[in-house]
Amino acid sequence: MSERNGALVHIERVNKTFRRGAEEIHILSQLNLEVPQGEFLALMGPSGSGKTTLLNLIGGLDRPTSGSVRIGGDSIDQMSNRRLAAWRARHIGLVFQFYNLLPVLTAERNVELPLLLTGLSSSQRRRHVEAALSVVGLTHRAKHYPRTLSGGEQQRTGIARAIVTDPTLLLCDEPTGDLDRKSGDEILALLQALNREHGKTIIMVTHDPHASARATRTVYLDKGRLSSEKPE
Amino acid sequence: MINWLMQIVTLTRFSLGTVPQRKGAATAAAVGIGGVVAVLVGVLSIAEGFRAAMATTGDDDLVIVLRSGADSEMTSGLSREETRLIADAPGVARTADGPLASSELFVIINLLKRSTGTDANVPLRGVTNGAAVRGDIEIVEGRAFEPGRNEVMVGVGAARAFAGLEVGGRIRVAQVDWEVVGVFKGGGGAAESEIWTDAAVLQPAFQRGDSFQSVTARLTSPSAFATFKDALTTNPRLQVKVFKQSEYLAEQSSMLTGFIQSIGVFIAAMMALGAVFGALNTMFSAVAARAREMATLRALGFGSSPIIISVLLESVILAVAGGGAGALASYLAFDGFQAATINWQSFSQVAFAFSVTPPLLVFAILWAVAIGIVGGLFPAIRAARMPVATALREV
Repeated sequence: MSERNGALVHIERVNKTFRRGAEEIHILSQLNLEVPQGEFLALMGPSGSGKTTLLNLIGGLDRPTSGSVRIGGDSIDQMSNRRLAAWRARHIGLVFQFYNLLPVLTAERNVELPLLLTGLSSSQRRRHVEAALSVVGLTHRAKHYPRTLSGGEQQRTGIARAIVTDPTLLLCDEPTGDLDRKSGDEILALLQALNREHGKTIIMVTHDPHASARATRTVYLDKGRLSSEKPE
Repeated sequence: MINWLMQIVTLTRFSLGTVPQRKGAATAAAVGIGGVVAVLVGVLSIAEGFRAAMATTGDDDLVIVLRSGADSEMTSGLSREETRLIADAPGVARTADGPLASSELFVIINLLKRSTGTDANVPLRGVTNGAAVRGDIEIVEGRAFEPGRNEVMVGVGAARAFAGLEVGGRIRVAQVDWEVVGVFKGGGGAAESEIWTDAAVLQPAFQRGDSFQSVTARLTSPSAFATFKDALTTNPRLQVKVFKQSEYLAEQSSMLTGFIQSIGVFIAAMMALGAVFGALNTMFSAVAARAREMATLRALGFGSSPIIISVLLESVILAVAGGGAGALASYLAFDGFQAATINWQSFSQVAFAFSVTPPLLVFAILWAVAIGIVGGLFPAIRAARMPVATALREV
């Protein structure tokens, strides 16, 4: 899944523009980014700088106005919506700030959701779910509904759901943004372990320097452009 | 394909699982649809009951002969000679007593309706051999009238609907008192709304001389109809037209049945319009409330078509639940309800029971499904079209 030069994520001259009435708002301008396989990249920047937009482009949840987005050699900006949905199911694990668990399903059924898009049998799916819940240390809470779980446990469930299909790339949007410091640290430690021990490539959007310190590299987004230096 | 179905099952389960959180709006939509179905079933059960009352007696080997040019017995006229030619025609079944044919008079009399105390037109039929020809006439109280006497026997429907028709009672018709001597059943058909007497007594009472209005006959078999009809229509001494009784009765009831059905569908369509808006409102708010969850599922890789189908399924399930309850309520309230109404084509009352039949219930449920589909379609499309990145930001 990696490209010839070793970059898993290859973003080239990407522009993203939104229209608000007659006004055109430039979110990303001529943006270039490469993320090698196995990297844990923190993406920082002020509110409204386009961090989540960039993450959505990488995850195939949004399309660039111009430029190319290649993930592991797949030009995802060229894909139809249908192909893109199938590609996401295979290659992307998503972790959300507010967990985005389905309230009517138990933790294990939430984790099972992405597996429903694969050809696995129910016993195979059950084994994968058990493994994912074991990795995040939540086996004992498998039968619980989200409303009975703490914030940290809900986010662990979200991470288990993101890794259950063994995706190429984990995209985390403010994964600790809704958690207290202790729970946040546990989640960051978990992400770090997934990167170091399981070799997962992770891109994490965060406001928190404490969180970005866990990453192997941090880039800053400001006024639609990326830099490796924190802006003034 | 299995994955696709699994997606639909999961999404539908998820959608239905959130219904308790929206029970107010969901109940309102289901009750609205239930009301539409209840009214639809109620109104159409009138038409169904009326049609059944008119058609039940229509055996395939029973025929009725009228003067050509007549639309009904009311406007028909036949001489005794003509009725004899008809009774002797080939194809008419015979017994030891002669041909199974009854020359009949049909007049309208006024009686009071029990329910309203107002005048109503009631058919009084003079028969020569009516019970034997029809075969399903059964005396349930008293006895049959005796030929040559001013006696009548009344159908159970007529006895129930009109005053003075108890056994032993008397009705005054054409300045003569007639004694009610019996009550009969007629297989649930039109005869049960009629009063019967001897044609020979009825003729002088209504100054009909020696004329009749129709001949009802039983054929040797349904296949003898063509022979019978050809023999009558090619006979230069006769100017008549021949119907199978089932077709004649269906035609006689068509105007009222059609009218009631049109009214029923019209009322239900108007109500359905309101129910569609109720369902639309419910499903739009359901989709809005679940926008982020649906976007999450799409972000995970779930397709648009399973989302559309799951929203539609939820809408249809709500509609069927409401429609089923409405149909059941209508069945309990209306099925078997006794009524009488005027048949404009004979200007006489027909007693009948509202009839909620299985096909009517199926039709009503299909109506509910249609409301559910129309009410769920636009919210479903909206749910599937909402940009994932935008919907994920919904809180």
